[in-house]
Amino acid sequence: MFDFLVVGAQINFWVLLALKLGAIAILIQAAVLPIIFAELKLSAHMQSRIGPYFAGGRFGWAQPIADGLKFFQKEDLVPAAADKTVYKAAPYVALVGTVAVFVIIPFSPDLIVADLNLGIFYALAISSLSTLAVLMAGWSSGNKYSLIGGIRAAAQLIAYELPLVLAVIGVVIQAGTLSMVGIVEAQIDMGVPYLIGGQILGFGIFFIASLAELNRTPFDMPIAESELVMGYLTEYSGFRFAAFFLGEYAGIFTMSAIAATLFLGGYGFWGLDSTIFGPFVLAGKVGLLVFLMIWMRWTFPRFREDQLQSLAWRFLIPLSLGNIAVTAIFKVVL
Amino acid sequence: MDLGDIRNWVFIVIAVVMLAGSIVVVTTRNVVHAALMLVATLGGAAAIFILLGAEFVAATVVLVYIGAVVVLFLFGVMITRAPLGGQGALDHSRKWPAALTAIATFAVLAGSTVAFFGDAEIGSGDPVLTSEIGSSIFNRFVIPFEVVSFVLLAALIGGIVLARRDPEA
Repeated sequence: MFDFLVVGAQINFWVLLALKLGAIAILIQAAVLPIIFAELKLSAHMQSRIGPYFAGGRFGWAQPIADGLKFFQKEDLVPAAADKTVYKAAPYVALVGTVAVFVIIPFSPDLIVADLNLGIFYALAISSLSTLAVLMAGWSSGNKYSLIGGIRAAAQLIAYELPLVLAVIGVVIQAGTLSMVGIVEAQIDMGVPYLIGGQILGFGIFFIASLAELNRTPFDMPIAESELVMGYLTEYSGFRFAAFFLGEYAGIFTMSAIAATLFLGGYGFWGLDSTIFGPFVLAGKVGLLVFLMIWMRWTFPRFREDQLQSLAWRFLIPLSLGNIAVTAIFKVVL
Repeated sequence: MDLGDIRNWVFIVIAVVMLAGSIVVVTTRNVVHAALMLVATLGGAAAIFILLGAEFVAATVVLVYIGAVVVLFLFGVMITRAPLGGQGALDHSRKWPAALTAIATFAVLAGSTVAFFGDAEIGSGDPVLTSEIGSSIFNRFVIPFEVVSFVLLAALIGGIVLARRDPEA
């Protein structure tokens, strides 16, 4: 009866594709809602507040869901001065750039949508779409705060994409492959994750650059509420705002997952079978990095725009070039 | 053309999107719309590279052209002149010679491609490994590679020299 689903011993390509897409759509919610909840609760406790408390009965666990449903009910406002098509398309471009990265995140040696030969390079390429979305949103809102926010965001994303890519190159040189599974396997073979095994500087640069790529404090000038209302998000409301919001938190997940895969050994952990425990090990490492990001957001003050640019161009980029040179020398010598 | 082969259908869809996108790029009166349509066209180019099994080239097109070139384009346009709703000054009095040049270039390229390859099959669709690209660049094509990097270095230094203002002594 279900012959068309199964060709030979393999599941039909299109059915498998649909299954994988469905799995990602569910995974995004499963990953994003806990992160949003963690941000609400942790920020509250770090500031001696209680935070969400009533929704869902205990601990306010249903608060992110309630927020999400609230966004769906709101009116879809488009400013009169806006460029309608571009304004409406921007949230989806932002989502595409983040969601497409899920394709190459390895949860275990087999649990991966596609172990592309390009691996990490694909992720870096496709995530550059989010810069485009920010510019689209900022310009099309027809509002000076949005435009300034969009331009700040673009300048920041361009500046920090370089150290991000250059920090990854160190890992690629050490592992000798671009494939995400290959990089994890190389770390398992070596016995220690690259954070200890030679790429501690690379990890530092990658983490700082990823904070900037995600527009998170201390790099949140594009949406600095004390100066720009909400930057390029000012005019967005309802479902379109929710799409940006979802993209932002999904971005936190993907960036943490990539950092965990490249530097913390991904799904591998000493003494645990990665085919069974892989997803949980990765989730634990991602949780650690997400906690670090939230912690930084609620304890550090914001940079100034010129400080941000000089940190990237005069400090992080030379440092990451030095990291590449040292890694390459060690690779050749050892 | 074999209509049973799904690759042909994919190609037709991509080609229509690219063609429509590139026509809008040159006809729209709004600079930002032109740049965004250029993104759609370049995305189509990347999709065609994937269709030919050149994953690495496709990702490079996305990273370099969409992620850097068009973004810098938009960035420059937005801090100089990008009024919402478009403007009339985008048109050019010498647009017909430009159109003629574009059509002639297309005719030469298409003609020579057909004359040289005919209906020979190009590429099996199997992805080319990144390591193969790497070893061919750094073994067989290492001298052209070095020449190109030298040109880029010269352009970089030229850019810095033009942009920098020396403090008055």
